[in-house]
Amino acid sequence: MTKVSPSVADAIADIPDGAQIMIGGFGGSGAPIELIHALIDRFRATGSPSNLTLINNNAGNGSIGIAAMIKAGMVGKMICSFPRSSNAEAFNEKYLAGEIALELVPQGTLAERIRAAGAGIPAFYTPTSFGTELAEGKPSEEFDGKMYVRERWLKADFALVKGHDGDEAGNLTYRLAGRNFNPLMAMAADRTIAQVSNLGAPGSIAPEAVITPGIFVDVVVEVSEPQQEEMLVRTGVIY
Amino acid sequence: MSGFNLMEDKLSNAQIAWRAAQDLEDGSYVNLGIGFPEMIAKFQPEGRNVTYHTENGVLGFGRAPAEGEEDWDLINAGKKAITLNPGASFFHHADSFAMVRGGHLDLAVLGAYQVAQNGDLANWRVGSKGVPAVGGAMDLVHGARRVAVVTDHVTKDGGPKLVEECTFPLTGVGCVTRVYTSLAVIDIAEGRFVLRDKLPAISLEELQAVTGARLHIEGEVGAIVVPEGI
Repeated sequence: MTKVSPSVADAIADIPDGAQIMIGGFGGSGAPIELIHALIDRFRATGSPSNLTLINNNAGNGSIGIAAMIKAGMVGKMICSFPRSSNAEAFNEKYLAGEIALELVPQGTLAERIRAAGAGIPAFYTPTSFGTELAEGKPSEEFDGKMYVRERWLKADFALVKGHDGDEAGNLTYRLAGRNFNPLMAMAADRTIAQVSNLGAPGSIAPEAVITPGIFVDVVVEVSEPQQEEMLVRTGVIY
Repeated sequence: MSGFNLMEDKLSNAQIAWRAAQDLEDGSYVNLGIGFPEMIAKFQPEGRNVTYHTENGVLGFGRAPAEGEEDWDLINAGKKAITLNPGASFFHHADSFAMVRGGHLDLAVLGAYQVAQNGDLANWRVGSKGVPAVGGAMDLVHGARRVAVVTDHVTKDGGPKLVEECTFPLTGVGCVTRVYTSLAVIDIAEGRFVLRDKLPAISLEELQAVTGARLHIEGEVGAIVVPEGI
C-alpha cells in the first residue's frame, strides 16, 4: 500500500463534514496552501466538507488559505492563539457577527496540547495562563511552591502539513522556519496528509536528516512549486 | 517645581529601547516581544553577544533582509522576514516553548497596558470587546530568568500604567521583574516598585505623582542619560 497520492484533490477527498483539522504553518511559513485550496475546490463543487473545526496558530490572512475557507463558509470553529492579524478580516467579520466560534489558546499551550496528543499524554500542567481568564474552569495545582494550570491534549481527525523533502515512506523535512507546528500536528491527527515540495524514493532523505518519521504520515503528495501565502496576500490574490 | 513637562520631556520609545538595551548581558538568550520591544536589538551594545529567540522556532536571527531579499519561510513571530546569524537553529513549536517555560531564556521583554507593584502584567486585551488574541504572551512571562517590560510611564490620557492592582485582564501573575518606562527604571521586588533610575529633569515628587503605586527607594537613584541622536 502506497502513501503517495496522485493529486492534492485525491489527498483530501475523504475529509468529511464536521471534521476537526489541524493545519500546519505559522502565518504563511510552512502553510500547506495547495491542500487548503483543494478543500475549498471540493466544497465549492459538492458543498462538502463543511462545519469544520480548524486548528492553527492564526485564523487566516487576506483572501487565500484559511481565510478563504472561512469566507467560503466551511468553518464553524477556530482553535488558535492569535486570530487578530493585519489582514484577518475574513475571521473578524464572521466572529463579530457570531457566525464562527473561537477557542483561544496561548501559543505555547496550543503547541504542547498538540504534542501531548501525539505522545499519548492526556493532560499536563503548565504555568501559562495561571490567574488569567483563560484558566477559568481549569484545575490548578501547586508544584514546588508555584501554581500551574492543567491542560488537556488536543487531537484532530486530520492534519494537513507542508514538508520540503518527503519520501514514499512518509519521512519529512521542513524548509527554514516552516517547521513550526507541522511536526507536532503530524503526530496528533488520526490521518496526516503532507504536501511536499520534493518527493523521492525511500532513502532519498538521509536518515539523520529526517525530522518527521514516516510513521506519523499517512498520505504524501508532491506539490513541486508551492505558493507562498505572504506573496499571495501581498499581490491581493483572492481564492 | 522643576518645570518638567510630562508629554514633551519624556523618553521616546527608541530612547526607552536604548536604555533597556544597556542591560543586555553578554552571552544571553533573549526574546523580544513583537513591536516596541523588538527595537531593543537595534541598540545592542558593541562587544556583547546576544542570541535572539522567536516563538515560531528560530534561535540566532539577525537583522531584517533588504526589500526584495525576503524569504517568507524565514520569518519571526511578528511575521516579519528575518535573516540568520552564524550558529542559528530551527526547531518546532513545542521545543520553542520548552525554551520559554523551561527556564532556558535569560530575558523576555514585553509591552504593557498595566504593570502592578507585585509584578502582575496586563498586556493582551483591555476589555471584552473585539476579537481576543493572546499569542505567546502568557507563555513568555513564565520561565525567563528576567521578565522586563518597556512602556510609556503613563497612558495617552496621562493616567498611570504602573498601578497597585491591574484592572485590565491579566497576562500573568507576579511575573515582571523590571520596568523600563519613559521616565524611569523600576524593579519589582517583594511586591513593591523599587526606583533604580530616573530622568534627571523629573523630581521624585513629580515621578511619584504619575505613578499609581508607591515608589520605594533603596540606595542611590541613577540618572538616565540617553546619548544625543537617539
